[in-house]
Amino acid sequence: MALDLARWQFGITTIYHFLFVPLTIGLSVVVASLQTAWHRTGRTEYLRATKFFGKLFLINFAMGVVTGIVQEFQFGMNWSDYSTFVGDVFGAPLAMEALLAFFLESTFIGLWIFGWDKLPRRVHLACIWAAAIGTNLSAYFILAANAWMRHPVGFEIDPTTGQARLTSIWAVLTNDQAWSTYLHVGSAAFIAAGLFVAAVSAYKLLKNKEPREHELFRKSMRAGFVVTAIAGVVVSISGDHQAKLMAQYEPMKLASAEALWDDEHAAGFSIFAVGDVQDGRNHVNVQVPGLLAFLATGDFGGDVQGINDIQDRLTSEFGPGAYIPNVGLLYWAFRMMMGLGLAGVAISVVGLWLTRKGRLFAYRWQYRLVVAALPAALLANIFGWILTEMGRQPWTVVGELLTANSVSPGVSLTEVAISLSAFTLIYAVLAVIEFGLLFRYVKAGTATVMPYPEDEPEPEKTDERVPAFVY
Amino acid sequence: MDLPLLWFVAIAVLWTGYLVLEGFDFGVGALLPVLSRDDTDRRVMINSIGPVWDGNEVWLITAVGATFAAFPAWYASMLSGFYLPMLLILLALIGRGVAFEYRGKVDSVAWRRRWDAVIVAGSTLPAFLWGLLFANLVRGLAMGPDHVVTTDVVGLFNGYAVLGGLLTLGLFLLHGAVFLSLKTDGPVRLRARSFAAWSALVVLPLLVAFAGWTQGRSGEPWTLPVAIVSVVALALGAGLVRRGREGWAFTATAVAVGTLAVLVFGSLFPDVLPSTTDPASSLTIDNAASAPYTLTVMTWVAAVFLPLVLAYQAWSYWVFRRRVTRAHISPAH
Repeated sequence: MALDLARWQFGITTIYHFLFVPLTIGLSVVVASLQTAWHRTGRTEYLRATKFFGKLFLINFAMGVVTGIVQEFQFGMNWSDYSTFVGDVFGAPLAMEALLAFFLESTFIGLWIFGWDKLPRRVHLACIWAAAIGTNLSAYFILAANAWMRHPVGFEIDPTTGQARLTSIWAVLTNDQAWSTYLHVGSAAFIAAGLFVAAVSAYKLLKNKEPREHELFRKSMRAGFVVTAIAGVVVSISGDHQAKLMAQYEPMKLASAEALWDDEHAAGFSIFAVGDVQDGRNHVNVQVPGLLAFLATGDFGGDVQGINDIQDRLTSEFGPGAYIPNVGLLYWAFRMMMGLGLAGVAISVVGLWLTRKGRLFAYRWQYRLVVAALPAALLANIFGWILTEMGRQPWTVVGELLTANSVSPGVSLTEVAISLSAFTLIYAVLAVIEFGLLFRYVKAGTATVMPYPEDEPEPEKTDERVPAFVY
Repeated sequence: MDLPLLWFVAIAVLWTGYLVLEGFDFGVGALLPVLSRDDTDRRVMINSIGPVWDGNEVWLITAVGATFAAFPAWYASMLSGFYLPMLLILLALIGRGVAFEYRGKVDSVAWRRRWDAVIVAGSTLPAFLWGLLFANLVRGLAMGPDHVVTTDVVGLFNGYAVLGGLLTLGLFLLHGAVFLSLKTDGPVRLRARSFAAWSALVVLPLLVAFAGWTQGRSGEPWTLPVAIVSVVALALGAGLVRRGREGWAFTATAVAVGTLAVLVFGSLFPDVLPSTTDPASSLTIDNAASAPYTLTVMTWVAAVFLPLVLAYQAWSYWVFRRRVTRAHISPAH
């Protein structure tokens, strides 16, 4: 029971954290690029866009940072047996993340926010890039740690302590599961960020309250589409690679995500299935023949393992136990991830075509669809993590440590109930506040971050330069 | 020096850095209602730590991450053993971080009032709790050979630990006030100066009591001079700030906080988490440490990147070296 609550807490806090992370990863680069464009061309429009999207980026960034702290403490607080078992291996990338990435990110974001009037333009530009690099670097380290749980490499089990012991940090950091996951999660983040820019722009074009912003948002919407479309290519290629790695390292996850109950030659890709988990079979299964075999092995005639057969194999390898994750959940999470993610990419590609050569959307519903693509992309990210994490069950470290043996033995049910309630409550309140703020700033438009020339007040004459404080 | 010992020292350094740096920004946050008379004052105060508080907090993340990597059992037992206070610290840090970013984003008195309350609570609570937890670490926790802490939350509020909590709270308030006297100008600076000088009358006895108690119960011979330096530095800091020597005063209070941290880790040595149930069940530097390979890797990473971090953080402090005054605060956001 305490285990269940600890899992719910990890799930809730992680999913919540990951609502902000993709936007931080992608928007940091988008804002840095906009500022670079301003730096290169000197055009005010770019500066205005930098400040506008920069403001939205910062509102989101704050939430990503504070919810991230919880993640680092939570392993020790709620998963102390896991932490003791993996710390020698898993702790290293986490410590590196803090030392190499978090310091970079937080110091330079501070310099960027407060440095507009204090730093030379070139140096100030370098600050946002340093923060963007820090953000992406941190993603790599944490994903390397996560990839290790799904495909543990570069370690041995210490015969006296029974704990994992690092033998090669290089193997952990160059784990194929690590860089493949990074490409996939990173590009998915850029899809979300691209659609964020596109959705905000589409909303502004739809409302069309301020004619002077029109040109800016027309361009930024297209820029958002371009980012999403390019990221869409990377997400597809890396996703294909992820499926192959899954077939190799976590066949149970793939079989469950496909509701494939028995080992199959030339297995088909399921489009729609209604299954019976108790019985271990599907009642209805509409399939594309051979496609799953192709995704998993690169060969339409390849062999794919099925749930019931893997269960037998795992039982003989690790002893009796239930090694089957939540099949129904994984099956639909997999489809939601792909469906929603690719829908966002498709909207961007079509959007680019429809807005070519200065054209505008012909119908209002088209703008609304672009706005709706943002939550879809965020949901796709979340479903991807549900597939990854729930699909790894019942393991925390595949083949090495069960989730049931990972939880903190000294933390009581009451304590977890308190923390779960507290996090859920405070996160819910903050979500409302954060969304309200974002919406307020989107509605207010670009004039609030940078007044247009005719309504700009005369700069005050003071004997010293007034820094642009933002707090 | 062997690797586990080196990493014990490294983690002590990271915590020391954290307490010295975030110590003053906790102080500034907690003093918000004390040293301000209007919203402009409050903004002067918040903006004095604005560019740096987030970077300061990363010292905590790094200290905890390094503990995870170098002493997994310590990380696991400490965080699960301090479950509820850790939860409070996390909630405080969440609220406080968001509050700094969001308080100025809506032009409304009620909005800012609410976030100010979050900043005050989010700064005061961890300032007290870190002292409470570190004192408990030195004192030891009930823990069997499985290294599962069985001390409940009530047991954490013993006399020694509460004294430790009050001390860090007081010390951070004083340290924060000295920081404000150094980094602001105008009425806030004057109020901060006088607060720092007067609060020393309370904080100094707390420090003497806690340092003496710590030294007496578990100090090493070499920690005695460290404890004395801490007390002297604090007295000096309070005296200097009264005379308007704010730069030196801040150096002195930073030394006082830093040496207190050294005293705590020195008293902990060679344990990392002593057991009050049975000394044989204590987590020590040796039995909690990761294997030599991991520690070697981490040593190289730290040797290359820690100086780099110090360099750019120092640069960021240099960029924002000017005092913040009311004239700097623009009426609109």
